[in-house]
Amino acid sequence: MINFQGVSKIYKNNGRSTTALEDINFTINPSEFVSVVGKSGVGKSTIIKLLIGEEKPTKGRVIFGPHEVNKLKARKLPQLRRHIGVIFQDFRLLANKNAYENVAFALEVAGRPQNEIKEFVPQALKMVGLEDKMFNFPKELSGGQKQRVAIARAMINHPDVIIADEPTGNLDPMNSAEIIKLLLKINELGTIIILATHNKEIVDNLNKRVISLEDGKIVKDEEKGKYGVV
Amino acid sequence: MLTALFRIIKYGLLGFWRNGWLSTATISIIVLALMVFEGLVIFNVLTDTALSALKDKIDISVYFKEDAPEDEILSLRKSLESLAEVKKVDYISRDRALEIFKSQHADDPKISETISKALEELGENPLAASLNIKAYNPEDYVVIDSKLKNEASKDFIEKISYAQNEVVINRLNKIINTIRQSGLFLTVIFSVVSILITFNTIRLAIYSNREEIGIMRLVGGSNVFIRGPYVIEGLIYGLIAGVLSFLLVMPIVYFISPYLKIFIPEMNLWNYFTTNTFSLIGRQLMLGIGLGIISSYIAVRKYLKI
Repeated sequence: MINFQGVSKIYKNNGRSTTALEDINFTINPSEFVSVVGKSGVGKSTIIKLLIGEEKPTKGRVIFGPHEVNKLKARKLPQLRRHIGVIFQDFRLLANKNAYENVAFALEVAGRPQNEIKEFVPQALKMVGLEDKMFNFPKELSGGQKQRVAIARAMINHPDVIIADEPTGNLDPMNSAEIIKLLLKINELGTIIILATHNKEIVDNLNKRVISLEDGKIVKDEEKGKYGVV
Repeated sequence: MLTALFRIIKYGLLGFWRNGWLSTATISIIVLALMVFEGLVIFNVLTDTALSALKDKIDISVYFKEDAPEDEILSLRKSLESLAEVKKVDYISRDRALEIFKSQHADDPKISETISKALEELGENPLAASLNIKAYNPEDYVVIDSKLKNEASKDFIEKISYAQNEVVINRLNKIINTIRQSGLFLTVIFSVVSILITFNTIRLAIYSNREEIGIMRLVGGSNVFIRGPYVIEGLIYGLIAGVLSFLLVMPIVYFISPYLKIFIPEMNLWNYFTTNTFSLIGRQLMLGIGLGIISSYIAVRKYLKI
């Protein structure tokens, strides 16, 4: 389903080049739950950016289903992204739209008809436990609630994969646990989850596949892994 | 396709409404820029009227000798009228000249009494017949003057007023041309300024939305779908600013119109405003809406790169 083949990424800035990723190879199969772990700045976010086509690899190929992401034109990216749900540490909700509209937006951009939107959006918000906050704007929601809106938005299109980049980074342990619980629930329904995090406790409790990164390289890739004691 | 269009318009209107303060601030600046533009339109109407009034005052007269036969004068008039440069030729016969002279002093009984006494003593009308010539362009009086000097009937001509007024006419021509040129210069400068102000204001409004644009890209929004609502917002800015700027200028024009009349009697600015309402407001709207749409379109592009 997802396949990184010899991927390297070098950022060039004012003549100085920084290697973010070096010769990354891995495959993720349907309905897997994969944690990508490592310290900040180790290249986790770069992997995500390559997967959603925000950045292009310096070398290697990024395969997502039928797409070769590194070769997609900017014009074609929206179609790819409708198959990927993204969740970020800073939530990235549309501040001018309420919870309902934020979730509905993902369906609207995909051109789905109005009656489907009216049916699915409340369902998704109910699943994340926000049925009574449907018409609140992001600024009226707590961090945990915002992240749950983001999850509802990420899953509304029934994507093949949900990418969560430090989704618990701004949340207290209680809210973090709930977010992880939600991700596990979505994973049970057959969606790939890629969780980038440096939260040891969460990874150790998950007991799922772990890819450990260090200095832009994969140092460990284990089924039922733990946060590496490197 | 229709649903997409409907959604784009819906989000354009929602965005406009929910960003209330930003919309208000943006519109007020565009209103000011458009008022500058409207000021330029008014300025150009004023200078045009003033200059053409001034031009209209310039003319030359050909005075004939007392014994000049009338048919000679009339045939000269005909040949003058056939010139491309000549706008109008008025024939003032000796009797008519006397009439005009008398009526000019009719208000003062002392002078008019003296005049009629003097005329009695003279026993005949001392005034010369003349042709009063107006050209389309004051610069053409040189040409007309030289034509007159080469006419067959030049023997009957006593004098041509051009020679006396040459300096004044030339000076007026220079003034007219300078005013024209500086008016054009001002128009260009201020138009550019008001266009840049509008463009940058809208760019700033969209700059404050740059993160949202990035998020929409990440959620899978196509460029058309993301850009559309901002273009609609730009259109609304332009529409409202166009109408407002016109409505704000109207009372100003109403109040200054009588004062302008003192300086330029031919100018009735208020009348010009009411008779040209549609073309004036249409121009404001076209400029406002056009600028709104184009500025939004260009400004969003920068943030669509994610």
